[in-house]
Amino acid sequence: MAKQRGRGMASVNYPTGMNLGGDPSQALIHATTTGSFVVTLSSVDLGQGLKTIMAQICAETLGIPTDNVIVDTADTDTGPHCMGTFASRGTHRIGNAIIMAAKEARAVLLEVAAEELEVNAADLETDGKGNIQIKGSPGKSISVLETALAAHFKHGRTISGRGIFLQPRSYPEPETGRMTPATCYAHACTVAEVEVDTETGEVAVLSLKSAYEVGRALNPRMVEQQIVGGAWMGISHALYETTEPYYPDRAHGPVDFNEYLMPGPGDLPKFENVVIERPAPDGPYGAKGVGEMTANSPIPAIANAIYDAVGVRIDSLPITPEKVLRALKAQAA
Amino acid sequence: MNRIPLRFHLNDAEIGEFIDSGTTLLSLLRDKLGLTATKSGCNQGSCGACTVLINGAPQLSCLVLAARCEGKSVATLEGVSDNGTLHPLQRAFMDGFAAQCGFCTPGMIIAAKALLDRNPDPDRGEVIDAISGNICRCTGYEPIIDAILAAAAEMRGGKRKSA
Repeated sequence: MAKQRGRGMASVNYPTGMNLGGDPSQALIHATTTGSFVVTLSSVDLGQGLKTIMAQICAETLGIPTDNVIVDTADTDTGPHCMGTFASRGTHRIGNAIIMAAKEARAVLLEVAAEELEVNAADLETDGKGNIQIKGSPGKSISVLETALAAHFKHGRTISGRGIFLQPRSYPEPETGRMTPATCYAHACTVAEVEVDTETGEVAVLSLKSAYEVGRALNPRMVEQQIVGGAWMGISHALYETTEPYYPDRAHGPVDFNEYLMPGPGDLPKFENVVIERPAPDGPYGAKGVGEMTANSPIPAIANAIYDAVGVRIDSLPITPEKVLRALKAQAA
Repeated sequence: MNRIPLRFHLNDAEIGEFIDSGTTLLSLLRDKLGLTATKSGCNQGSCGACTVLINGAPQLSCLVLAARCEGKSVATLEGVSDNGTLHPLQRAFMDGFAAQCGFCTPGMIIAAKALLDRNPDPDRGEVIDAISGNICRCTGYEPIIDAILAAAAEMRGGKRKSA
């Protein structure tokens, strides 16, 4: 009876978005009289930070401060269409739609500014701080706010833009089954180190070391945060979570947080994460999706580490102490 | 249920209310007083989202009858900031990306405040113990632990103890 250590690795190639009948998302952008821009979406921020990333993409494309972007995700009945916030598709699909919409809005913004400054719109640039200026001549400029007011009250124009990104439906070739189910793929590899107690069957994850290739990390802190949160969830799926009863029938299944187990703050391994950026040609500013994949590679990496530690293959999740002990017993027999 | 009078201290206010005797503190805060920072998660005392301070100690407001708060002092997240100036814990949670969906955040900050109020210089294990009754689904806990340690260091005057 002893505690045995082992190491295992696993890799994941994760498709950004999916394609079961075409995968579109739309975005609408308009300027208000305050010089802020509203991005109207039917996508949802469920904590992954969609609003932040969409504001960044809009601000970058328009050439204005991120603080001056309001992302409105209020109503899927009245908003522009979105397939939904799933399949790690938000940054890529909706981000691309916002770029398209913001380019159209930017063109109008510069046209109105050009009339106000009595110059050619092609000679204007934004300074990213809320001003529009003549290229190479920052002295001659107009603020985005003044431009928005002029558009509303003098020119009778809407500074607005429409955007859509559509990944068209892809049918499999009958001969080969070949199809294009996704756009770009993000990649990751995780190495897990575990300690298996051969007396109790308990598995402790000592460390999770991961490398992620995510296209471009539009917000590096949020990418890091997603990776850590996903790694925790990977441990949870690998070792803890199940709605199935442990013994003998449904009445003994977990019904609440006291019985539906998850790792707590005291069960964390040492995390080490590396992010590699190789911008995707079709991604918004090169970004791919780094959402769901973060919970993927830790699971097989942990299962492989258990095999390395004690020589038993557990092929159903979660890998409970009972399963480990039964497998060890079968191995000894 | 009987209607009973209740007086207690809530954040910076004296509260006087007539309540049904079976009302939980959580229900009083959210449904009657409109203070919705305190979250209703599992409603059975196992997730920590409803944590408030009663006389300075962290308590699960879903399991506390409001009537038991007679004459006591209750603190919720609404009372943690000072006239719009965020508490160091709130700033550290923002700066440290310690919230994703945000549902556990009020309970986490209250549990952390209870810790720092009695122990301004906790080590990592003490922080983990203090939030071990609070469930988070998004962050993996590590950013939360780091944020609490960062806030503690700031509140001690900027000196960070090696964790």
